[in-house]
Amino acid sequence: MNSTKQYIIEEILSNPRKDFSNVDLVKELKRELITKPVIFIGTGTCGLGAGADKTMIAVKTYLKATKIEADIIETGCIGLCSSEPLMDVQLPGHNRVCFENATADKVEDILDSILKAKSEVKEQSVLCQFKSKENHKWDGIPDINDLAFFKPQFRIVLKNCGIVNPISIDEYIASGGYTGFLNLIKTKNSEEVCDLVEKSGLRGRGGGGFLTGKKWKFALNTSAEQKYLICNADEGDPGAFMDRAVIEGDPHRLIEGMAIAAYGIGATKSYVYIRAEYPLAIKRLNIALQQAREYGLLGDNVFGSNVNFEIKVKTGAGAFVCGEETALINSIEGKRGMPRPRPPFPAVSGLFGKPTIINNVESLSNLPFIIKEGEDKFAAIGTEKSKGTKVFALSGKITKTGLVEIPMGTSVREVLFDIAGGVPNNKKFKSVQIGGPSGGCITEQNLDIPIEYESLIEVGAMMGSGGLVVMDEDTCMVDVAKFFMDFIQRESCGKCIPCREGTRRMLEILEDITHKPHHNGKHEALRRFKGVTQLERLGKVIKETSLCGLGQTAPNPVLSTIKWFREEYEEHIFERKCSANVCTELRVFTIDVDACTGCTICAKKCPTDAIIGSRKAPHFIVDDKCIACGTCFDVCKFNAITIS
Amino acid sequence: MKQILEKYKEAERDSLIPILQEVQEKEGYLSENALVEIGELLNLPVSKIFGVATFYNQFRFQPKGKHHIQVCRGTACHVLGSANVLQELEKTLKIKNEETSRDGNFSLEVVACIGACGLAPVISINGEFHAKVTSSSIKEIIDNLKEK
Repeated sequence: MNSTKQYIIEEILSNPRKDFSNVDLVKELKRELITKPVIFIGTGTCGLGAGADKTMIAVKTYLKATKIEADIIETGCIGLCSSEPLMDVQLPGHNRVCFENATADKVEDILDSILKAKSEVKEQSVLCQFKSKENHKWDGIPDINDLAFFKPQFRIVLKNCGIVNPISIDEYIASGGYTGFLNLIKTKNSEEVCDLVEKSGLRGRGGGGFLTGKKWKFALNTSAEQKYLICNADEGDPGAFMDRAVIEGDPHRLIEGMAIAAYGIGATKSYVYIRAEYPLAIKRLNIALQQAREYGLLGDNVFGSNVNFEIKVKTGAGAFVCGEETALINSIEGKRGMPRPRPPFPAVSGLFGKPTIINNVESLSNLPFIIKEGEDKFAAIGTEKSKGTKVFALSGKITKTGLVEIPMGTSVREVLFDIAGGVPNNKKFKSVQIGGPSGGCITEQNLDIPIEYESLIEVGAMMGSGGLVVMDEDTCMVDVAKFFMDFIQRESCGKCIPCREGTRRMLEILEDITHKPHHNGKHEALRRFKGVTQLERLGKVIKETSLCGLGQTAPNPVLSTIKWFREEYEEHIFERKCSANVCTELRVFTIDVDACTGCTICAKKCPTDAIIGSRKAPHFIVDDKCIACGTCFDVCKFNAITIS
Repeated sequence: MKQILEKYKEAERDSLIPILQEVQEKEGYLSENALVEIGELLNLPVSKIFGVATFYNQFRFQPKGKHHIQVCRGTACHVLGSANVLQELEKTLKIKNEETSRDGNFSLEVVACIGACGLAPVISINGEFHAKVTSSSIKEIIDNLKEK
């Protein structure tokens, strides 16, 4: 078996243009043809967080007890984080069935229901079945592509995520992987590859949206004895996790994409700069790299050609600014991750002073599709200026959290309401934050805009890495702006003054707005008012004078929330209240005279001695002393304290 | 520690961060001695090493507790109340961010985003994820750990 498998794999890789899909062994590797039951468990980080490891143990115990022989495959994340842990079961001759919320205690019921089933599976947690050509269809189970969550999606980058075994190179090759790359190095030179990628219209998925092929040409046309490719997997934007999911779920796609990119720019050495916070992704990537090396797809003379290519993994050390190209280069060189002035651009003089191209995980993962299916097919997806698809990470106050990949041009409303099911608990949608700390808000009135690089900028947001954090009526926008400013000023590297000092001042102004003045002096009120008048101007100055992308976009969350939610700011400043009840210090506490029994517990617990009154008589709160900590509310046994 | 330095005998500046990471992985933190030794190995002033180490959030200069708790403060977690979770942890454990409790049992670290936004708010204890935590479930988790 093993030697025939080796032979077939070798054959596929040696004849990258031939179709092998009818060979039985290939079908077996693609799991179209199986001989014993296969159980797939989604063990990405989100799956494990929801208890997939316990599910796995339960499955193993069940199989041992019932003496059923079955394969257990660990997959990545299919994107439905809110339904994790997910478990799929495929029986020989039948379609693969997916079960949601398959926690350890449900394993027995689920496996009982399907392993003993004839044509119907009676189980509550059945989610869907996967389509296949030859296998038997289950009755009464919806097809995965008919589910509202999956139907509008177009999966290129996430195609295999959650479906295949991420650490099996054979599976990836059997489903056509690496053949595009091998065919490419046989038939095209570097310049043609750059042309082809430029023609496909692929734009950088990490933020700016620069044409990838065009960027490559800068490096290709600079002569140097050594060029570098860097894959930016330092996904620091809070709220974005697509890069993690791709590496955990389909690392070989990234490796093939990097091989294509390196060939396109003539680089022989490359790095993956990945966050230390993603231990599982690092582990799976290293396993995949080792497999690729063993198969001769990496290293010197790749598959008998004269192409040399090696990938090294560099673990980041937790600095948001290292997502910026030049800061990332400094970090790889072993220095403090501070940005360098540009020009010279990294494509001309980057890592160790050599031409360097830095691409994001998602951009690189699109390449295998472009090469295999052709640039025209890719260019046909999306809109005129934004081609292809985009992966979005949905989180916050939304029913279905997770990852979706949609064609460019889909409206934000479709993504949030049709695919992800809208805001839960009958709350009112307020806004969606897109693009992390560099991005902005999209409000109800702009929900119908198509998702494109340009249209998002028009409404004061940006594509960024694609994190969508949904906020409902219970979210205070001033608090959100404060959260981002707090994040940015902590992560500012401190090299240039506008960003280092400016973001700090902006945070202070926001804190003044949301905090209760400790003594109600007039100076404090004046300072608050002055700060507010300066907030917008300060933001503009930081934008125009900062050195790197982090600083230039740092004020965006504040400017964007002021633009769309000015009345919320005014409410905080003039009326001193927060209608979302998030800014706790703006709460006013009063004691209900009728309900108060004078037990004195609140007066004893009050940290500022703001409560006065004698025993067995109603108490009172001295407003000037109260810091709105809420202790009295928590300790009162008679519900005598009210908040307004 | 010696083994790690031995491995990097021929190393240059670009190996500095991996060395720091490996030493921290092994010893739990970066001691003053470790920084001096790494400086000697790479022929760099200790001030430079310290400069790099303090720049990155990952490096700590105090030993980790037996239970190392990471609190995610990403956007999604924030919107769903991670500030309260952090406050509750600080209150129950009586330590602040980047501190270790006196008995060495607990240490607290705030991280920017763990990348499990679908399960927000998230904390990770010794690498094990706890999803959708609330200030009351935190208490239970901590009590369970204390009993161990």
